[in-house]
Amino acid sequence: MSEFVYLYRGGSRPESPNEGQQVMQKWVNWLGDLERKGHIKDKGQPLDGQGKVVRDGGRAVTDGPYAESKDIVGGYTLVEAKDLSQAAELANGCPILERGGLVEVRPVMEM
Amino acid sequence: MEPGDDLFRRESGRIVATLTRIFGTENLALAEDVAQDVFCRALEVWKLRGVPANPSAWLMTVAKRRAIDLLRRERRVRKFAPDLDSLLVSEWTLTPTVNEAFSEEAIADDELRMMFSCCDPKLSEESQIALILRLLCGFSTREVAHAFLSTPVAMEKRIERARKVLAESAALFDLADRDLCERLPVVHRALYLLFSEGYHASSEALVRRELCREAMRLASSLSDNAAVASSVSSALCALMWFDAARLPSRTDAKGDLVALADQDRLRWDRALIAKGRHFLERSATGGLSEYHVEAAIAAVHCNAAAFAETDWPKIVRLYDALLQLRPSPVVALNRAIALGYAFGPERGLREIHAIPHSDRLAHYPFYPAALADFESRTGEGESARRHLREAMALARNSKERRFLESRLSALSIDQAYVE
Repeated sequence: MSEFVYLYRGGSRPESPNEGQQVMQKWVNWLGDLERKGHIKDKGQPLDGQGKVVRDGGRAVTDGPYAESKDIVGGYTLVEAKDLSQAAELANGCPILERGGLVEVRPVMEM
Repeated sequence: MEPGDDLFRRESGRIVATLTRIFGTENLALAEDVAQDVFCRALEVWKLRGVPANPSAWLMTVAKRRAIDLLRRERRVRKFAPDLDSLLVSEWTLTPTVNEAFSEEAIADDELRMMFSCCDPKLSEESQIALILRLLCGFSTREVAHAFLSTPVAMEKRIERARKVLAESAALFDLADRDLCERLPVVHRALYLLFSEGYHASSEALVRRELCREAMRLASSLSDNAAVASSVSSALCALMWFDAARLPSRTDAKGDLVALADQDRLRWDRALIAKGRHFLERSATGGLSEYHVEAAIAAVHCNAAAFAETDWPKIVRLYDALLQLRPSPVVALNRAIALGYAFGPERGLREIHAIPHSDRLAHYPFYPAALADFESRTGEGESARRHLREAMALARNSKERRFLESRLSALSIDQAYVE
């Protein structure tokens, strides 16, 4: 088994608490399913959209968002899979895909 | 989170009501925005970290923090609730005032008052229900429009007008308990219509279940509230629970309607029926309302293990009572049908033809359908088919049309067998 990081990028916000409820349910189902099949190493953390960007050798500190809103990373999860293609396949059910977002699947470099 | 959990919908009404209490009715849209923000944050965090042990407390803490930030930022440029405004301006009293508004008791009270405010008699029944869904059930305008088969633009206009009416009623949260009791019948009616919309409407199954569930949630919180305790609220709950118990068998696997006589009664939800009985017992203390009678009729159906075992004479007596309380041609038609099942199809036909003001049923598909049902059993096949075709032409949605169509083809098959 190898480790992979799912980076969740973009995705529209639900329009109402009622819709939020439905989106929430989909995430619970999707991650719960991966967990039952033993693919979750760490469910990860959500990331706040408000941030700072430090660049130019530290001379410039600007407010985020530093990318187009569709590219902002909203969170990550650490998963285990046989190989990159399986990791990508498992990401296919992610609810963010229904809301115009994407999942970036990146292999963790091995020692 | 369990499948079918209504946590977000339930808590959203409580948060919007509490924020409106603090911000004032003219800032209703602001309260909705802040609440929406709280739920987006909850979704972002919970979807990865899981739902916390006490999600309600989590949401309230975030809502309270957002409210305090917003009050600090905007108190010089905005007017908030008139009776709280001076307390919100001073840093000494700001936090205690907000804390108090977020106490469990205050939240429950605000939610109840919000429900009564949505049922302002100045608003049409449709607007009342739209407001309830929007403010107390966390539906977006698009979702409300979807539930009512309306367009989002038309619904937005309707809700905007309703918000203005609410903003003008400055006494929103000053209603005395006596005023609440006066408005109680309007609230009952709105919740009854919300439930019926879910039970009968042609929107998709998921939406219908949600509407029924929300009507049940609000009705039961109404019947639990001591300030407006009324046996009528319990009767309304009993009716909803008995009907909801039978919801699973009302449609088949394809989503087509199934007649009461053909429903698989093993699929009726026994737990909901038991809860319905409990509500019905609780409702026995006060005067008789139309909801009492409707609940009693539903109870008779729930008590019958098979269609043939239905106590039709009892149902006839109950429809007699309902005609007294709420005379209408549809109630009269249902009474005539019950008489037909109790004393034979000829009697049913006689009673249907004797309904006063039956011209008011001219567009009701189940009037000719009921005639057809009894005619087919008295051997008047030709007339029955004609009436079913008439009913199909009046069908209000494709579900009704398919239902009547299947009756017509069943009739034709029977006929072919006889001939």
